[in-house]
Amino acid sequence: MTVSTLITAGIDMGTQSVKVVILKEGKIISRNQAFSGFNPKETAEKALTDALENANVPRTTINHITATGSGVEMAPNSDSTISMMGADAKAGVYLIPSARTIIDVGAEEARGVKCDSKGRMLNFVVNERCAAGAGAFIEAMARALEVELDEMGPLSLKAERASPINASCVIFGESDVVSLIHRQESKPEIARAIFDAMADRVSSMVHRLGISPDVVLIGGVAKDVGFVASLNRTLGLEVLVPENPEYTGALGAALVANKRAGDTKN
Amino acid sequence: MKVVQEGKKEYWRWQEYQKILSSKNWEKSDIITAGVDVGSVGSKAVVMINGEVYSWSVTRTGSNSPDSAKKAIGWAMEGTGLELDDFKYIVGTGYGRVNVPMANKAVTEIACHAKGANHIWGPTVRTILDVGGQDIKAIRCDQTGRVTSFLMNDKCAAGTGRGMEVFADLLQIPIEDIGEVSLRVDEEPEPVSCTCVAFAKTEAMGLLRKGWSKEKVLAAYTRAMAIRMCALLKRVGIEKDFVITGGQSKNIGVVTRIEKILGIKRLPMPNWRGGGLDPMIAGALGAAIIAKALHERSK
Repeated sequence: MTVSTLITAGIDMGTQSVKVVILKEGKIISRNQAFSGFNPKETAEKALTDALENANVPRTTINHITATGSGVEMAPNSDSTISMMGADAKAGVYLIPSARTIIDVGAEEARGVKCDSKGRMLNFVVNERCAAGAGAFIEAMARALEVELDEMGPLSLKAERASPINASCVIFGESDVVSLIHRQESKPEIARAIFDAMADRVSSMVHRLGISPDVVLIGGVAKDVGFVASLNRTLGLEVLVPENPEYTGALGAALVANKRAGDTKN
Repeated sequence: MKVVQEGKKEYWRWQEYQKILSSKNWEKSDIITAGVDVGSVGSKAVVMINGEVYSWSVTRTGSNSPDSAKKAIGWAMEGTGLELDDFKYIVGTGYGRVNVPMANKAVTEIACHAKGANHIWGPTVRTILDVGGQDIKAIRCDQTGRVTSFLMNDKCAAGTGRGMEVFADLLQIPIEDIGEVSLRVDEEPEPVSCTCVAFAKTEAMGLLRKGWSKEKVLAAYTRAMAIRMCALLKRVGIEKDFVITGGQSKNIGVVTRIEKILGIKRLPMPNWRGGGLDPMIAGALGAAIIAKALHERSK
């Protein structure tokens, strides 16, 4: 008796970049990401094609594609969709089984998701439509500080003390950064102030949800050591960060696709 | 650090000014009081003699509050022969009110705006929308200018003067013209979908690339901001008479849209370029009125 191999894909249509994860029998065999750009649908199509090529898997063998992300309606011919919170919970627990609170900080949105041991979402909070609690905040502040985005985190770790700034708005945060520069505050201190401000905002959002350990941080911003350090200080605990945290949404979608394809087969 | 390139016009930059209302000769025996409103974007000072407005200034807030307060009161005193020692009582208000070095007391800008609006438009004022550089406030008051309730949108640039400055710069339209330009559309476009100014800016750039005119983009943004201000007003409850204070009271694009959404007109803007009071100084004016009351109580 031959059982055909189960191949599924998850596509995360993020505001800044599209992420794709391919699973074979529930294991990751390929991942890929690309800037969303002006035509996210085309970008996603290409990202998917490239990911399949990398894994040496023909498109026709895919059993199921599940899409997620804020631009989910622009996903190329997927079989189903899953909410971003659902995908976060699914993948968070898959990567770190002890995860019960998942914080996802992306380019333009931040979310907190509470889940059970099976990766089912119990409750969630979202910060959308405000750049202050998302990656866009760090990007804007890095520009004001004239520091490369990747350097912000390591720079902030060199700070010797905290110097508080306005946490609640990118527009006002920019002027605060400029006044810190005028006061001749050093760049590491300002970088830390920026991460502290953002961590404050994310932390107050998650506190509305209630925190159950373990806390897992995912999304592109989770790769920033400066933000992780500030969030740990603000929350008073150590958040766990999985490898490739920016792919968590796509992975969650791919896991859901895997389940849905399996269900159909049986 | 942001460096202004040579020859680059700063479209957001609004005009600072000073005004002396009367040629009255003040005497040491007069009750001379002042209100200093250190806002996030503008610092204003009003000098009152025996409860009547004598002079005022509208200046830009610098990088620290004490210096901005000194600048504002300094401008208001210029050419009057007044010195700081002549003041019987000074009240500081606004975002930087605790950092007004010459003030005898700090009072919240909510109380000051209500008092100021009551002085500018009279006792029939019941609802005030104050749109400042950094926040939007919807204030209800009684016939004496006492606050009965209020709501504010704190530290989010959406709908504030700062947000308008960002758009003036983006679209390269002088801030003073922005309201009028936003009305130059044949048909009102859909409002921009992003509330956050940072995101709205990105959205606006996308619309420009799509071929929208500057006027249309500005109309879409102004409309979204007017909707946001009206939501705050509706939550606090609107009762006539309705007035608008703060820098955005001069933005005809915002004002026209608010009036259309609410279905009521604000009380007319005083002719502040002539002999009238500028609604931008309502906070500082209220502070100067409160200063007089506090001085009399302390005697």
